[in-house]
Amino acid sequence: MAQPLPDSRGHFGLFGGKFVPETLMTPLEELEAAYCAAKSDQEFQATLKDYLRYYAGRPTPLYYARRLTEELGGVKIYLKREDLNHTGAHKINNTLAQALLTKRMGKSRVIAETGAGQHGVATATAAALFGLKCDIYMGEEDMERQALNVFRMRLLGAQVIPVASGSRTLKDAINETLRDWVATVRDTHYIIGSVVGPHPYPMMVREFQSVIGQEAREQFLTREGRLPDYCLACVGGGSNAIGLFYPFISDTTVKLVGVEAGGLGPESNKHGATLAKGTIGILHGSLSYLLQDEHGQISPTHSVSAGLDYPGVGPEHSYYKQIGRIEYVSVTDKEALEGFCWLSRLEGIIPALESAHAIAYARKLAPGLQKEQSILICLSGRGDKDVQQVEKLLSQ
Amino acid sequence: MKRIEEKFKQLKNQREKALIPFIAAGDPSLPLTKALILGMERQGADMIELGIPFSDPLADGPTIQKAYLRGLKSHTTLKDVLKLVRELREETDIPLIIMSYYNLIYRMGEASFVQQAAQAGVDGLIVPDLPPEEGEFLQSLAEEAGLAAIYLLAPTTPDRRVQLIAQKGSGFLYYVSLMGVTGERDNIAQDVTPSLQNIRALTNMPIAVGFGISSPEHVRSVASWVDGVIVGSAVIKLIEDNLARPNLVGRVGKFIAQLKAATRDSTPG
Repeated sequence: MAQPLPDSRGHFGLFGGKFVPETLMTPLEELEAAYCAAKSDQEFQATLKDYLRYYAGRPTPLYYARRLTEELGGVKIYLKREDLNHTGAHKINNTLAQALLTKRMGKSRVIAETGAGQHGVATATAAALFGLKCDIYMGEEDMERQALNVFRMRLLGAQVIPVASGSRTLKDAINETLRDWVATVRDTHYIIGSVVGPHPYPMMVREFQSVIGQEAREQFLTREGRLPDYCLACVGGGSNAIGLFYPFISDTTVKLVGVEAGGLGPESNKHGATLAKGTIGILHGSLSYLLQDEHGQISPTHSVSAGLDYPGVGPEHSYYKQIGRIEYVSVTDKEALEGFCWLSRLEGIIPALESAHAIAYARKLAPGLQKEQSILICLSGRGDKDVQQVEKLLSQ
Repeated sequence: MKRIEEKFKQLKNQREKALIPFIAAGDPSLPLTKALILGMERQGADMIELGIPFSDPLADGPTIQKAYLRGLKSHTTLKDVLKLVRELREETDIPLIIMSYYNLIYRMGEASFVQQAAQAGVDGLIVPDLPPEEGEFLQSLAEEAGLAAIYLLAPTTPDRRVQLIAQKGSGFLYYVSLMGVTGERDNIAQDVTPSLQNIRALTNMPIAVGFGISSPEHVRSVASWVDGVIVGSAVIKLIEDNLARPNLVGRVGKFIAQLKAATRDSTPG
C-alpha cells in the first residue's frame, strides 16, 4: 500500500467519508482528535493492553483443529479463538478501547446498537467496568431471537431500548442510536460496534480489532513457520474480518475471503450479501456498498444470524472488493446451520451463527485445495446465545 | 434560487419574515401534496420545503418518520416529486425547496438529478446528511444550474465553521434550533436567541430557523432574529391527525395562517 488509508477525510478510495447531520460534524472531529492523541499516548496504550490481557483474556489461542483437518482431507485448519474472549466474542476488543476513550474525553454515558446482542453485551460490560451509564438500542425482532443477551445486558446494568421502526433489526437500531446521539453528543459517546459509520469509526474500530490479526499472524508463523494460504471471516458490518485481515493485507500470498450471509440464497432477495449483490450508496454516515432498490430505498435483509442481518458493510471492505484484495462470498442459512452443528460435533466448539458462516465456507473451500495448504478462520464468537434458536430451527 | 432571493427581498420591504412549512411528498398522496402546497400558499406560506420519503431518515423524529412511511406507501419517488414540481410551476411561483437524504440523489445520479430539478422549477436543495466537506460536487452542479445549496448550522457548529459554511452555501442558512432530531417540542431551546445573534454577526446571508418550532408562539419568539422560520413536524402532525377527516387542506391552511400572522407582528431585529 502506497498511502495509509483512510485519507485525512476518512476516505478509502471512493468509499467512507462523513455523511452525517451538521450537529455531529464537530463532535466527530473532536472524537478523531481524542482518538489520535490516545493512539500515541503510551499510558493509554498500556492501560488498554492491560485490560485486554487480564480482563478480556488476550491473547486468544490459535487452535489447530485436527479433526476438521482430517475430515476435510488434510488441508490444515486453524481457528483464531475470539470466542474465548470475556463476553464470548471479539466485540470486547473494541468496547474496552472505546470505553477508555470515553473516559478520556470526559463523557459519562455510552450508547450502542446491537444486532445479535454480542456488541450490546460487550458495551454493557465495558460500561459496568468503567462506571459509565449505558443505553443499548436493539431491534424488536432481534430482542426476540436473542432474548438471553437482552437479559445479560440488563444484568450488567444497561438499559435495553426496543426499536420498533423499519425492519426492527440492526439497521434500525443504528438509526435510533444515531438519533439519540444527535441529541446527547455533548455528554455521550456512541460506541459503534463495527467498521461502519462515519469517519473516524471505520478506521478506529479497525485499529482496535487488528489485535486479532496481529496475534494470529504471529501465532501462525510460530506454529507453521509460514503464513496461511487463506484467511476466512464472516462479514456483516465486517469488524472481525477487518481485524483478522488487516495485518495480512500486504502479504499478497495470503488469500483473504469474507463470508457474507446468503440467507435463503443469493437470488432469493432474502439475504445480507451486501458486497456480492449490492450497489454503491450512502447509509449510516458512509459511502459503501448497500442493498437498496432502484430508487435508493434501503432493502429489507434476512439472515439466520442477527449479527449479519444488515444491508450495509464497512467502507474499507467495499474498497478491498473494488481493488480485488479481498474476495467476498456467501453461504446460506442452511449451510451456516450445518457448519454450526459440524463444528460442535467434531471439535466440541459451539460457534456463533455468525462465525458458523466462515466455518461453512471452509467446508466448501477445502476440498479444492492441496493437502499442504492451510486455512485460518476467525471464530469470532461462541454460540451459547444461539442454541435456543438453533434448537427451534432444527426441530422444524 | 432567484425566487428565494426575491422572496426574501420582498418580505424585507414588507417587514415580514418568511414562513416555510415543511411537508413530506406523497403524504398521504401526491395529488393531496399538490393541493396542500397551493392551499398553504393561499394562507400565507412564503416558501415550501418538500421532503422526499426515505426508508432510513436518521435526522428525523417519529412524526416525520411516519409521514415518510405514508409517502413510501403511496409509492412516491424522487422522480414523481420532480414531475409534481413541474405541474406546480404552471400554477405558482412560490419558492420550492427539496429536502432529500443523500442516497436518493446519489442513486439517481447527482448530475441527472440537478438537471431535472432545475428544469422542473426547483429553487433549492437541502440534504441533511451531506455536510459541505462531502457536498462539493453536488454544490458545484447546483450552482451551475441556479439551484440554492442550503446547508445546515447546528448548536455544535463553531464560529469558524459557520463562516466556512456561509461561504459555501447559497439561498439561506438553516439553523437547527436544538440538539436532536426533528419533531414537535413544548418549548424553544433556551440558547436559540444568543446563537442566532452570534450567527447574524458572522454572516450576511439570510438565516432560517427550524427543528422543534411548533406553534405561533414559537414562531413569534424567534422571528425577530431571523429571515425565515421553518415549521415541519407540527404541520405534519396536523396532516396525520386529519387524514380521515374532510377538508384536510382547509384545516392545515388555518394553522398556516396563524403561523404566518406570527411572522408579521415581530419587531424587526
